[in-house]
Amino acid sequence: MAHGAAVTDADYMQQSDLLLDLYGEDIRARAFTTQDPVRGELMLRPDFTVPIVQHHMASGADPARYTYMGKVFRKQDRIEARATEFVQVGFEIFDGSDPAAADAEVFATFAGILRDVPVTASTGDIGILRAAVQGLNTTPARRGALMRHLWRPRRFKALLDRFGGVTPVPETRKALLAQADPMASMPPLLGLRTTQEISARLDALREDLAADPISQGERDLLDALLRVRETSPNALVALRDISVDFPSISQAIDGFAARLEALSARDIDVETLPFEASYGRSSMEYYDGFVFGFAADAGLNMPAVATGGRYDALTAVLGGGKGVPAVGGVIRPALVADLSDHDKGATP
Amino acid sequence: MTVKLGIPSKGRLMEKTFDWFAARDITLRKSGSDREYAGAVDGIDGIELVLLSAGEIPRELDAGRIHLGVTGSDLVREKLSAWEQRVIEVAKMGFGGADLIIAVPNAWIDVDTLDDLDAAAAAFRAHHGFRLRIATKYHRLVRDFLRENGVADYQLIDSQGATEGTIRNETAEAVADITSTGETLRANGLKILNDAVIHASQATLFRGRRVSWTTDMRATYKALQSKIDG
Repeated sequence: MAHGAAVTDADYMQQSDLLLDLYGEDIRARAFTTQDPVRGELMLRPDFTVPIVQHHMASGADPARYTYMGKVFRKQDRIEARATEFVQVGFEIFDGSDPAAADAEVFATFAGILRDVPVTASTGDIGILRAAVQGLNTTPARRGALMRHLWRPRRFKALLDRFGGVTPVPETRKALLAQADPMASMPPLLGLRTTQEISARLDALREDLAADPISQGERDLLDALLRVRETSPNALVALRDISVDFPSISQAIDGFAARLEALSARDIDVETLPFEASYGRSSMEYYDGFVFGFAADAGLNMPAVATGGRYDALTAVLGGGKGVPAVGGVIRPALVADLSDHDKGATP
Repeated sequence: MTVKLGIPSKGRLMEKTFDWFAARDITLRKSGSDREYAGAVDGIDGIELVLLSAGEIPRELDAGRIHLGVTGSDLVREKLSAWEQRVIEVAKMGFGGADLIIAVPNAWIDVDTLDDLDAAAAAFRAHHGFRLRIATKYHRLVRDFLRENGVADYQLIDSQGATEGTIRNETAEAVADITSTGETLRANGLKILNDAVIHASQATLFRGRRVSWTTDMRATYKALQSKIDG
């Protein structure tokens, strides 16, 4: 698939506790689980990312690049017609020397494979959103809460409205904090959660109640940022405009600009390449920088043909704090074949 | 071919179902001894009574082994994915009412809403090194609800009975369970979150969508429907 990449493989059955810890309960709705009397709950691999990162962290090679091909398995709870097992071909680069170049190489590799296939590219950058949240003029706890829900747009909006004073403090909370010493009348404790944890949360709630609201101006900037949806050069201009009042995102935007140059150097037509600031927000939460996808016409109701992105933080989680900048993606050959057939049928 | 009507095979749910149909001039009864799971229908032709566990009725409807079935609306939503595409609600029967809710220990004075639960879950995970555990047997309903509401850092623990006891036993921190009066929850030192009624369930007559109905069966169904509509 790409020059110099080591061909790698992974076990079909993966330990489910690690996947659950990373992805949360939602993974149980997507992955097939089974039981082993000794190894406990196992999952049929829902993707290659985790085993490939584990392999990389264990091998100690750096920089490194991997390619793989194999079946992954997904429950299709809602759309029965979709495949529950399908082949993915993937390409991952672990190399921190030039992130923009690595992003561009991965994207260009997939764009090259899909050159003659009727798909549209989408791109985004979760790193810009993260920088925006980190730059908000509010308490670290509020920034942390927003950061945690960056991938859950509805909750994010609800939090932002509350931190901005748009929605009022819930009555139950007001009543609780009005008491001189809420802990004095606490019913007997039950279960693992300790008195200290409850008391710490009360402190956090008091701190939150005392904090100034996130200003209308900052909330508007965040809104404007989330709405950016343009060709890449226009998006760059729009983002630079926003960064005048929101300097915390400047560095991330420099990264975006550098990536566009790297993409150009790989013969990608960035003039028409779409950029959408919110892209990738509702998908899996391990992407934290560049994100991309290639999709067929929406009328075909097909899953994405190829997707990928940067996941630096995931490598840190799996590497026990020691992370490696990483970017990669996967493509589904069966969908490419379907589209090629469809295309021939449609334009004789 | 007869229309097979599945109803719960024992307890109050069965008796209430008998009463509901009796009020519509259809007599359902167990034939033979009280312990025998066979039934008879009077007052309408072409319907065969099948006595089943309420939990199996959704699956039997979906498979087409029964054509009509009485069960809790919670069980249909839990056991059938995309349930609207598999069964049709014919009539809400007005009994067997219970809410699927989320409850936490009374001592959690800082937790009354989903927003609180989410924040407590984040802190719990950071403190204990694993996700806050919610014990339930309603995995699909609870997971969909919490995803919809953007609650993170939790995990579901399977509990098929005595769910309220899991917190005392330290196998879970919260529960998601069905309750009609809240009595068992209160007795176990638990309180219900204000904004976490996941589903308000009641006994419901369902019709399977995936079976091919013969003309005879349609006629029987029409006769039944006119009795139900009164």
